[in-house]
Amino acid sequence: MNHPASEPNPRLAGLDPEHLQTLLGLSRLVQFAAGEHVFREGDLARRLWLVQDGRVMLHTYVPGRGDVPIQTLGAGDVLGWSWLTAPHRWHFTATALSEARAREIDAAILHESSSADPAFGYAVVRALSGALVDRLQATRARLLDLYGEPDSIPRQTNPAAR
Amino acid sequence: MAPASDPMVPTRYRVGDRTTETHDSVTLTLVPVRAALPTFDPGQFMMLAVPGVGEVAISISGDPAAPELQHTVRAVGAVSRAIHDAPVGSALGVRGPFGTGWDLGSCAGRDVVIVAGGVGLAAVRSALLAILAGREAYRRVVLVVGARSPDEFLFRRELDAWGASGAIDLEITVDQPTGDWDGSVGFVTEPVGRLSLDPGRTTALLCGPEPMMRFAARVLIGNGVAAEDVRVSLERNMQCGIALCGHCQLGELLLCRDGPVVDYATAGPLLHVREL
Repeated sequence: MNHPASEPNPRLAGLDPEHLQTLLGLSRLVQFAAGEHVFREGDLARRLWLVQDGRVMLHTYVPGRGDVPIQTLGAGDVLGWSWLTAPHRWHFTATALSEARAREIDAAILHESSSADPAFGYAVVRALSGALVDRLQATRARLLDLYGEPDSIPRQTNPAAR
Repeated sequence: MAPASDPMVPTRYRVGDRTTETHDSVTLTLVPVRAALPTFDPGQFMMLAVPGVGEVAISISGDPAAPELQHTVRAVGAVSRAIHDAPVGSALGVRGPFGTGWDLGSCAGRDVVIVAGGVGLAAVRSALLAILAGREAYRRVVLVVGARSPDEFLFRRELDAWGASGAIDLEITVDQPTGDWDGSVGFVTEPVGRLSLDPGRTTALLCGPEPMMRFAARVLIGNGVAAEDVRVSLERNMQCGIALCGHCQLGELLLCRDGPVVDYATAGPLLHVREL
């Protein structure tokens, strides 16, 4: 199911070829060993990654529960959003679960390129927003606890429908 | 014993074997006491009856080429619990097979993406077994399976074997990781969204909680797969199994006859009408 390094990222399918080439031209191929941190919670967020293969786990430490996995990302996923908004600090820690390769993009260079070419910047924001919306919808779906035992899930009437 | 040709009269089967799948789900192997019911198409369902308790629709999870029936049952109500608890050697009444199947014939020569959540994997297992038996007829086959937690996957050993065989691309993911789980964490739409699809040559088979199917269908359609090529297995209050009683009506469909497998071009609009 993994994507070869040369295969376009499906999350970026909406970019036209010229903008895609510009974006990829800003990136460099990086590799993470299994167990290696991609970033740590609280550190400055200066980069984003387009995962090409391998798996990366987002996690955080919860006292009493230890290190809690939140989500696994794989080939085709965009990793890292905290560079977008202040305070530009990672909210979670990302660790490679297996050897992983990714296209790494420096956020400052992406900002500069977007300012210099607003059409490019707009196209990139649209593509990244699509990936972000997909992530948000999937997270909401998990909140529904759809596979739970019907009787074990507390029922609440939608206040908006009362 | 009534003739097997009367669809309203149960045929007697015995529980030949039972396999515990999860804390609330078992797979029962049913063998006919005398004559067997007709063969089934993957995706069809049977009405299973426990004498003195009641009858409920259960999809067929077994191999369509096998002489016995297999049903995977989750104990969620009085009847399904009685079936779930049925010991080896006990008798059940069986009617069917009823309804539409996955129509695997139309999947030949195409990529097949199967997305299953929770106990929904049971209803696509028979399709997967049929695909694996004639693997050369299909192009890429992808199976994405979601569960609430790692110990709630059905057919866990089989899943691992299918993944290891190389015959399919397998992605399993949990909503809530527990224990030493080092697999994927996330909703099924995430691995589905990562797939590089050839949308014009892809057929998707979806089975699980209805919202899961809606969300997965949207991702697939958003990535170019035609709604007509996305099939969902729907569940309503099936009772007669032969489109007489009307309990399973969904819009203009009677799901015991027109379903449970319905293409998303037909089903999608109906699933957004709350009163249906």
